[in-house]
Amino acid sequence: MALERWFRRNRPSKKEDDNSPAGLWLKCDSCGAQIYRKDLVANSYVCPECSHHHRVPADARVAMLADEGTFEVWSGLIEAQDALEFVDTQAYPERLTKARQKVGRPDAILTGGALLDGQPVALVVMDFSFLGGSMGSVVGEEIASATERAAAEGRTLIAVTSSGGARMQEGALSLMQMAKTTVALEALSRAHLPYISVLTDPTTGGVTASFATLGDVIFAEPGALISFAGPRVIQQTIRQDLPAGFQRSEFLLQKGMVDDVVDRRELRARIADVINLLRSGLAQPEEEEALRVAAL
Amino acid sequence: MSLPFEKPIEDLEAKIRDMRAYAAEQEIDLASEVEALQDRLDRLKRDTYENLTRWQRVQVARAAGRPTGLDYLQRTFDDFTELHGDRTLGDDPAVVTGLARLAGTSVIVIAQQKGRDTKENIHRNFGMSHPSGYRKAMRMFDLADKFRLPVIALIDTPGAYPGLAAEEQGQAWVIAESIRRMSQLTVPAISVVIGEGGSGGALAIGVANRVLILENAIYSVISPESCAAILWRDAGEAEKAAEALRLTARDLIALEVVDRVVDEPLGGAHNDPAGAMALVKQALVEELAFLASMSPEQLLESRYKRFRVLGRFQAVAAA
Repeated sequence: MALERWFRRNRPSKKEDDNSPAGLWLKCDSCGAQIYRKDLVANSYVCPECSHHHRVPADARVAMLADEGTFEVWSGLIEAQDALEFVDTQAYPERLTKARQKVGRPDAILTGGALLDGQPVALVVMDFSFLGGSMGSVVGEEIASATERAAAEGRTLIAVTSSGGARMQEGALSLMQMAKTTVALEALSRAHLPYISVLTDPTTGGVTASFATLGDVIFAEPGALISFAGPRVIQQTIRQDLPAGFQRSEFLLQKGMVDDVVDRRELRARIADVINLLRSGLAQPEEEEALRVAAL
Repeated sequence: MSLPFEKPIEDLEAKIRDMRAYAAEQEIDLASEVEALQDRLDRLKRDTYENLTRWQRVQVARAAGRPTGLDYLQRTFDDFTELHGDRTLGDDPAVVTGLARLAGTSVIVIAQQKGRDTKENIHRNFGMSHPSGYRKAMRMFDLADKFRLPVIALIDTPGAYPGLAAEEQGQAWVIAESIRRMSQLTVPAISVVIGEGGSGGALAIGVANRVLILENAIYSVISPESCAAILWRDAGEAEKAAEALRLTARDLIALEVVDRVVDEPLGGAHNDPAGAMALVKQALVEELAFLASMSPEQLLESRYKRFRVLGRFQAVAAA
């Protein structure tokens, strides 16, 4: 249901044109300052004036987290089918074709292996610019297989989410991706490997209600909208104004739902610290047992 | 009480009633006429119910008089003992949980509960749970594992409640946790969509070894109304959205989202609640007998596989 936000606001608009790679200058959504595009990119897409966190393209996100030259792409070998033959104001295959042309990948997800500060990780990065980062069969499968591959290869899983939720055009199959991504996490748990979830603007609906909020450690970027139901749906339900900052990262920190709100420019270092700490605990009991046996 | 498309059926039923009354009153024999009308009625019912549009099935799934979770608990199960509360926040009336027997086997039942009248609907929040309801369900999963009691989950909700407190208390977080916790059950789990399977709020108790759905129940990623409001920008286009979403029992079998469709008596469960509940009971007994022979490892593995394979995609054509 939270997809409404994407469909309403992010139809090709003038604003988006201003933010296109071609534009040399752009205007900060938050403070209105004119920013030189290169400065914004160099500052991790954070406004140098007001620190507003702008959305980051998936490739740029990978570049911010992976040690240089270590990222190996895993995703991109599968694409969606139109199992429902879904047509609304446009047919689903048309929407897919347009999104693929615009974004240059088969679906709303980029995954791969990398080193982060020398630690082996699997990166799962959602791409909001592809149909609102919505989760259908392909996104679900890419996440589940990256998770299982992380478990098999002894990598920490890092998911960076930005999504309007489940993809309506794949109906109940999309709903089932919530279960699929969640059951895949079990392999990681059994291998005692960390899962760090980074919630970015916006993370809503079926993504929030599945793998996104199951991280061992959950970080949120400042000011991100993170919710189950979208603000408009809630407003319509309760028919009263929502409190300021409702469903934003800082609000969720206060409510105990995320471990910390982390500035994007510090994110990589904070993740590296957490991985180092989580992966240096006492030996797991089985390993102890194995060590004892080996010593005999 | 009747649904719009049931009007011709109702009219014919009234006609038969009138004819019988008239025959009795006038002491004349109209048996053959009544029988002819009765045949026509049966045909009309069959034609109507076999050819329902998806939107009409949505209406049947939500129909007043359709058996709810508590009806099943009282009629399909024996010795129901309700267990209240999540031990943290409170007791959510939109989810009823407890111990019961199904044909002699002790089980845990988790039932999403809509109201059977306006007053109960308000009390039950129209079957829309708060986080507390999912926490209560998870407490039941713990009990089930500890005492090796099979879990039966009856799904009937428009969705998890989209409200202020629900968000503050982490609605998304508890749904995710409930999905994970249910997937880890070491005992048999069967979910039955008895009416409305509304999105994540339904899936939270739908990660079972076997997922059943009643013939006229629906299970969807989003309600037709909300889908229409987003994609058509008009909630009035719900009928089109219902068609597009492929949310009926027949659709879901084809997509392998559900494992078995439980037939309803002719005319739908709301016209014969006892008949519908008997059919559900029979299906549950069969499914439980089948799952009872599986080891905890087999149950975990088969449940994992069942959900891991769901979805439709293809290899990207080589450039």
